[in-house]
Amino acid sequence: MRVVFIAAQAALLLGVQPHAAAQERGAPAAEPAAKASAPMDMTGYWVALVTEDWRFRMITPRKGDYQAVPMTDQARKIAGAWDPSADEASGNQCKAYGAAAIMRLPARFHITWQDDNTLRVDSDSGMQTRLFHFNSPPSPPRERTWQGDSTAQWQRPASLKVATTNMRSGYLRKNGVPYSENAAVTEYFDLAPLPGGGQALLVTTIVDDPQYLQQPFIVSSQFKKEADGSKWDPTPCTAK
Amino acid sequence: MGSNAVHRKMSRSPATALAAAFLFLFACRTAAAQMEITGSWAARNHEFLSGDGLPVDFTGIPLNEEGRIRALSYSESQLAMVERQCQGWPAFYIVQGPFGLKIWSETDPLKGNVISYIIGAWEDRAPLTIWMDGRPRPSKYAEHTRAGFTTGSWEGNTLVAYTTHMKAGFLRKTGAPSSDEAAMTTRFYRHGDILTVLAIIEDPIYLAEPWILSRSFQLSAAPLSPIGPPCITTYEGSIGQTAPHYVPEKNPFVDEMTTKYGVPRDAAIGKPETLYPEYRRKILPVAPVR
Repeated sequence: MRVVFIAAQAALLLGVQPHAAAQERGAPAAEPAAKASAPMDMTGYWVALVTEDWRFRMITPRKGDYQAVPMTDQARKIAGAWDPSADEASGNQCKAYGAAAIMRLPARFHITWQDDNTLRVDSDSGMQTRLFHFNSPPSPPRERTWQGDSTAQWQRPASLKVATTNMRSGYLRKNGVPYSENAAVTEYFDLAPLPGGGQALLVTTIVDDPQYLQQPFIVSSQFKKEADGSKWDPTPCTAK
Repeated sequence: MGSNAVHRKMSRSPATALAAAFLFLFACRTAAAQMEITGSWAARNHEFLSGDGLPVDFTGIPLNEEGRIRALSYSESQLAMVERQCQGWPAFYIVQGPFGLKIWSETDPLKGNVISYIIGAWEDRAPLTIWMDGRPRPSKYAEHTRAGFTTGSWEGNTLVAYTTHMKAGFLRKTGAPSSDEAAMTTRFYRHGDILTVLAIIEDPIYLAEPWILSRSFQLSAAPLSPIGPPCITTYEGSIGQTAPHYVPEKNPFVDEMTTKYGVPRDAAIGKPETLYPEYRRKILPVAPVR
């Protein structure tokens, strides 16, 4: 009996999951709730560190300044017709705040658990909300939104993968660099300690859009954790 | 004692068998907790990290006052000086330069463990060796080189490297300075065929806070070259009696980022507060050019 107990302890220490053993035996096993099985804690307030691509992110780049984006000819034509006033007039002022671009914005993000299987990410800039659904079955097609539909999966030992589709078409950069409604976004979220005891969040974003991109658009953005929401500054979307 | 005897002895001891199983499982877990990072990782360059389009572009770098003065005093004519020709390509350049990474490992021929990972040189950047064998750091008085001295270890699936002993050089090729006291922590995250490198650069002499930047690479089936042409100094017209420079307050290029791209001067000269979203409140709206 003592041997069995030690073995069970050893298995737990080594991270052998009981449900994995059950699955191997062919028995259906319920997925553990994402919140309870989270290998890392991303909740809290995070501020974007704009240490790269400053002139494409902190200010609205001028029309035609598309450096480093692998645009197709069709995308260049669309970007060439960029008209922020027309976007605002038509209620499309949030085109640069969609899921493909939002983590690149100079913004603060508040990450919380909406429920046991849904991680919620709010932005102050543009006041957008993203919902990362874990363990969710495929849902029927819904109306497209700026943030689309996101499915999430923990990656062991400590990372988060998020896949997003069903977005409205939007802008990768605020000066009209387009992505289509058929674009797919894959993101990886990783944590890192900072000198002095702080914490950084690293988000790698991969945008696939054969219509407007010659190859997947890959960027990585970094954030620093803040103690509280005292600098939270909700501002609506703006196209200019 | 023959093998049968060993087998009999182990069979009689469940605790011994359990311990052996535990050690086996632990060994498997340790191996599985690491990630293969060797290979050819192609640059995609969808981020403009080099920031070397204009002489005074220190956007995104949290320079302190001393770093800013030194940066604004820099003249690119210094590249004609033999002793300064190679200072623009320090170890930081692995996350800034437009090149890919060729990574390979050296293994112990008897034990099979990785002694070091090597990131090959490319176009003036020296190769970077990440020592994984636990060797101690050299004295702070030891020789400083362009690549510096780097040790590494695994944290789960993430390779974490720490670089010191770099020569004084540049944080950015356009003259933002780094001192010989600078240090860089580099974290390598692999997700499928994407490798993202997070670099945290500290410099007590020229930075007001750590400079944090990242860059992603994509696994390439086409091999990248493990070597690059080294930075070789040569006579380029300067005999080195004076160092070309500007009086910082009179740098003639200080407003180019403003006139060309609408970037405020405080951002162009790397004031730390310009890295944070709230700085946008201070920016006067710049009308887009139609």
